[in-house]
Amino acid sequence: MFDDFFIRALIAGIGIALVTGPLGCFIIWRRLAFFGDTLAHSALLGVTLAFTFEISIALSVFIISSIIALILLKLQKNTKLPGDALLGLLAHSSLAVGLVVIGFLSFIRFDIMGFLFGDILAVSTSDLITIWVGGALILFVLNKIWKPLFASTVNYDLAEAEGMSPEKANAIFTVLLAAIIAISIKMVGLLLITGMFIMPAAMARNLSNNPRQMVIISIIGGLLSVLIGLFSSLEFNTASGPSIITAALFLFILSLIKFKKNSELKQ
Amino acid sequence: MENLKKNILVKLEKVGVIQNNKWLVKDVSLQIEKGKIVTLIGPNGSGKTTTAKIALGIHKNIKGYVTKFTDKIGYVPQKISIDWTLPIRVTDFMQLTHNLENSEIENALSLTGVKHLIKNDLRNLSGGEFQRVLIARAISKKPDLLVLDEPVQGVDFKGEIALYELIKTISEKLNCGILLISHDLHVVMTATDYVVCLNGHVCCSGSPTAVANNQEYQKLFGDRASTILSVYEHRHDHTHSPDGTVKNK
Repeated sequence: MFDDFFIRALIAGIGIALVTGPLGCFIIWRRLAFFGDTLAHSALLGVTLAFTFEISIALSVFIISSIIALILLKLQKNTKLPGDALLGLLAHSSLAVGLVVIGFLSFIRFDIMGFLFGDILAVSTSDLITIWVGGALILFVLNKIWKPLFASTVNYDLAEAEGMSPEKANAIFTVLLAAIIAISIKMVGLLLITGMFIMPAAMARNLSNNPRQMVIISIIGGLLSVLIGLFSSLEFNTASGPSIITAALFLFILSLIKFKKNSELKQ
Repeated sequence: MENLKKNILVKLEKVGVIQNNKWLVKDVSLQIEKGKIVTLIGPNGSGKTTTAKIALGIHKNIKGYVTKFTDKIGYVPQKISIDWTLPIRVTDFMQLTHNLENSEIENALSLTGVKHLIKNDLRNLSGGEFQRVLIARAISKKPDLLVLDEPVQGVDFKGEIALYELIKTISEKLNCGILLISHDLHVVMTATDYVVCLNGHVCCSGSPTAVANNQEYQKLFGDRASTILSVYEHRHDHTHSPDGTVKNK
């Protein structure tokens, strides 16, 4: 009925949505949207290095994004620049350096649009294994650090005082973000991946009244976005990333209507 | 001597924190024992919250030594703000750092008189209700050490007395040590075992009556202090300039 590549894209998208759902909630709660964006921008540098040294893209992106995250944490402690300026600095310098490096790699054909906006044709069977094994690992670790991470999201001092080691949980969370960006970059594209984190979670916030519920609705929203996005991408021959994000936008707008009704009821 | 050691929960020895080349608080020594209430008093910016955070291990780069003999700690911070993006009910908040049975949650909330709010959104509580939930959460797991930073702020007068009574009862019932930060001098003087008066360093400390009669304390708190005056008097070896630094005589 469908081509193999489309089935692969569906399986990949479902795997990604299962992971971005809960991570996206934490990104919103902790106000890390721009931080996720910075990590995603640095991914292009990771991609070019993968081509240069002929290693796996996911591995290379994961390493580069983790390094950028560590540099950021270090800079935040040692400079007086405000956080958003630092993020902009790192995001655009790593993007620029990535693009410059591509210029030197004239010996390979490089579909840069595919990495910026995602390409469902690019998803191979080995990518599926990376996504599902990597995704399962991310969810496993997230589940392990859930309690301290959530506690420190609500109040860092309280988590620290009551022995939850929030600093450790925060560092691990940063690595998880780098990991999900690494495994989903081919599918969603680096310019749009933050949307995949934020939009289902933002939609879920409008419809939920406790953290667990928000995570579940966020996952469902992500899954729906992937399904609607991919089918319309097939139908209208559009890039997969923008189609998924546009679907997520529609779901968010729908959730606003419900949210408005709820608010009116309360008043 | 051995027995005395066993009762100590936290010991601070000459602790202090420097931030931006300025001491937030300096040379504070105190210890908290089981079943005892230690209260920190002092003007704004005198280092009360900082001292509490040092005792809790929240401040990492400190001078001096902190020795902790327990991990079972309940903390009521001075300020918590919940962002709109985070939907959280009272019952979720109660289980922030520990898993609790439903009955444990209900018991703790009814102790502070807010059991009816269990399903409410944390952000929709009034200031006083929120403080009651904070206290309930801190005591829900029966900690060895309770650190309460202005626990009754925003609570109405009648509730305030009831909550202080509750704090006293808890310290007796659970035999836990309490570090209390309070502005309410009257309550402090009646419900506390040991008072530490801070102003960047320890101005004076001792039993409530001893501190109440201390000149330094009276200078810091002015007229309010005089209601708890008596004949006890002693000399001081230093005074403070307006920014809080010490001038030796």
